[in-house]
Parts: sequence; structure tokens; C-alpha cells
Amino acid sequence: MAHFFQFAWDALPSLLQGSVTTLILTAICLTSGFILGILLALGRVYGNKLIYIVITGYINIIRGTPLLIQLLIIYYSLPHIGIILPALPAAALAFALNTCAYQAEYIRGGIQSVQATQVLAAHALGMSSYQTSLYIVLPQALRMAILPLSNEGILMLKTTSLSFLVGVPELLATARKIAYQTFRYLDAFIICAVIYIVIVFIFVGFLGFIHKRLRIPGLQKGTITR
Amino acid sequence: MDGVRKKGGNVPALKVRDLYKSYGDLEVLSGISFDLEKGEVKAVLGPSGTGKSTLLQCINRLTVPDRGEVWLDGVEVIDSKREIYKIRSSIGMVFQHFNLFSHLRVLDNVCIGPIRVKKMSRKEAVKLGMEKLKQVNLEDKANAYPAELSGGQQQRAAIARAMAMNPKLMLFDEPTSALDPELIGEVLEIIKSLAKSRMTMLIVTHEIGFARSACDKIIFMEHGKILEEGSPDKILNDPECARTKEFLNKITEL
Repeated sequence: MAHFFQFAWDALPSLLQGSVTTLILTAICLTSGFILGILLALGRVYGNKLIYIVITGYINIIRGTPLLIQLLIIYYSLPHIGIILPALPAAALAFALNTCAYQAEYIRGGIQSVQATQVLAAHALGMSSYQTSLYIVLPQALRMAILPLSNEGILMLKTTSLSFLVGVPELLATARKIAYQTFRYLDAFIICAVIYIVIVFIFVGFLGFIHKRLRIPGLQKGTITR
Repeated sequence: MDGVRKKGGNVPALKVRDLYKSYGDLEVLSGISFDLEKGEVKAVLGPSGTGKSTLLQCINRLTVPDRGEVWLDGVEVIDSKREIYKIRSSIGMVFQHFNLFSHLRVLDNVCIGPIRVKKMSRKEAVKLGMEKLKQVNLEDKANAYPAELSGGQQQRAAIARAMAMNPKLMLFDEPTSALDPELIGEVLEIIKSLAKSRMTMLIVTHEIGFARSACDKIIFMEHGKILEEGSPDKILNDPECARTKEFLNKITEL
């Protein structure tokens, strides 16, 4: 056992470096996916028929194919259209294009659960549709979408491990490298899993903090009060 | 806004002519015409489903009428997006279910119109907002969220929100119908104080006593038509139409 901890201790520096790459990749794809997701959701709810069809088609294609295939297609097709990206940005692009489709659907659900009377009141004040969606609808919709969005964040954090396949030196790739160099496969992957758990726990704590900050006093839907 | 004003004559604050609106086969408004003078308070009475809410929403174009004219201060309301935003911002509307923005504090509910629509600075808007909240006796709830307030408090906040836009005209859509009986009084008090300050108001209500004491005229509507219009005394004590009498009997029986 002492042997294991010594091994873990020695592997830690490079694994932590891999974790940083994982975190960067997660942060990029989640934030850009979030912004894109809002736009897609607004387009699908408020856009005209053409916009609706295009966005719905996109979302269905993304949800209908494995993420791994999307990653490989994007990674290997970019050079064909003259874009040569390092592995990390290419993977971030693939993940962002994927998660934005899922996030769009969660946000759309939030938008549709905002009461029509809220929109009516905003219009009655003379707000434009743009102002109404920005100041009234989205703040409420995003609060309602916060739980599924959190789930998506946690899922995405772990999904970035797929990018080892295109050579991104993230956490799993680092663990694999150590495993191949030392022939201690099981130990390396167990340490890798433990690091994932720790990161996810910290992330969940952070999400809990955000939930608390965004909670509207007096308005706890679905809570049974005594 | 002065372009079309008639010479010398008093232009009504609101002029509605031959308003028609149908939803599918159902005609909700069948030719509504009336005037509302500046500083006048009119109540609209009538059974539910007779188009009273639709009438109010046609006035500030939350609903687009099929035909007919709405004139505000001598200017016709036309269907241009920009003009409509402007017109809506000059008409205050109070809803049956308050419709306060649930994610904003009471003060922010009152300030958001002046800040976003009128482009007022935040500092100025907060000052104005506190003033309006004081008028509805809610300054101590400025930092509360709507869900933390009673219905009466929410409706008073909604009135403050509408008043913060400094409207030329206020529309009330059954402002007390969703309230517990003991909370109705505090809201009616506020509306009465607005009437005293000569705010021009059109009030859809079922509160007969309030219509009698606070309104200059009463309009009785049924099936999308105005059956009669007159002073509260006339309409409530000696109505011309049999239907008006029947309706009044029914609601005073309760």
C-alpha cells in the first residue's frame, strides 16, 4: 500500500498538469456552449420558421450522433478546409458545438416555463421584444434551467476525457502515459479517477453556491412548506 | 405629439371608435366606441367573457384589433413597432394577477421601466421609484421580492410600477379580483387617491361600491358591446337596459 501512495505522489505533478488542461478545456466548451445555447434557444422559441428549422435540424444532428464521432470528424475535417488547429482548440470546438445543442434545449425549456403574463407586463411598460427577453425572460428562464445545466456541466467535465484520442494532454491522457511508462495501469487509472471525483466535488460545491446566490426569496417552486 | 390636435377644443385623453376584435369565430368586441376625458375616471362593468380585458389590451395594442380606431390625446395609435412601444410606455396597465417580475426586488420592478424604456439613470430612477413606493405605502418593502408580499402589497407595487412611467392614462384590469376580501380595501384606497389627483383612468371592476364612489362614469358592457354609459347614480340606480339591471341584481345579491 505504501508503494501505491509513493507511486501516486510521484505521478501527482504531471497528473495535476493534466487536470489543468481538463479544466481549461471544460471552461472553454461550457462557456462558449452556454452562449451559443442561449442564442439557439432564443432562435428556436422566437425565430421565424427558417431559423426554427435550421436550429432544430442542427440540434437533432448533434443529439443523434455520438460525441466521439463528432470529435473525430471535426478533428480530421478541419485540415481539409484549410484550418489547422492544435488538438486542444479542435477538441474544445467539437465539445462546444456538442454541448450547445443540449444546453439550448434546457434553456428553451426554461424560456417556455416563464409565464406569458411576465412578457405581457414587460410589453405593457413599453419594452421591446429584445429588452423583454434580455431583462425579463432570460433571467427567469436560466434560473429554471439551472439544474439540467449543472448536470450538463458535470457531464461535460468528464466527457473532455475523450479528447485523449486526438492527443490533448488532459488528465486521462496523462494517466495513460504514466501507465504505459510504468506498466502500472490499474494504479494510474485509479489515481486518475480519484482526481476526477475531487474536481467534480469542487465543481458541485461551486454550482451549489451559484444556486444559492440565484435563488429568489419567497419563490421556491416545488417545495412543500410546512 | 401635437400634430393632429384640434384647435381650441378639448381633445379627449382617449377616444375609441368602432373597435372590433374576433378570436376565430368568436367576436369579442363588436363595435366599441367611447371617450375618456382628461382627468376622468370610468369604470367598465359587465359579465365575464364580454371582452372587457380585450378592450383594455386593444387600447395599448397588447392585442391588435381587427378594425376600429384608438386615439390618444388626439393622435391615432397606428401599427408601427416604434410608435407602439412609445404609446405603451405612456399608458400604465395594472393586471388582475399583478404580474410583477418575479426575479426582481420590488424597487427594481418599479425602476426597470424608467431605466430600460425611458433611459433614466439608475440613481434618478431609484429616487423616483422610492417616491412611487411611498405613494402606495410600500417603501419598507422596497427590497423584498414579489413572492414575499401579500396580494394587496403586490398589487400596490404593480400600481407603483405603472405610475413610475408617468403615464397619461391608467388601465386597470380587475385590479382586486384576485385579492382576499380583506386586502381589497388597501388597493382601492390607492386607486381612489389616484382619482383624487385627477389621473385619467379606465377601470374594469366588479366592485360596485368602488365604481359608485370613485368613478365619474360607468360603462356597462355585454357581448362585446357597450349597452349603456352614464353616471354611477344613473347606471346603478336607474339603468335603462334590462340586462344591466339583471347583472347588477345578480352581483349585489352576493
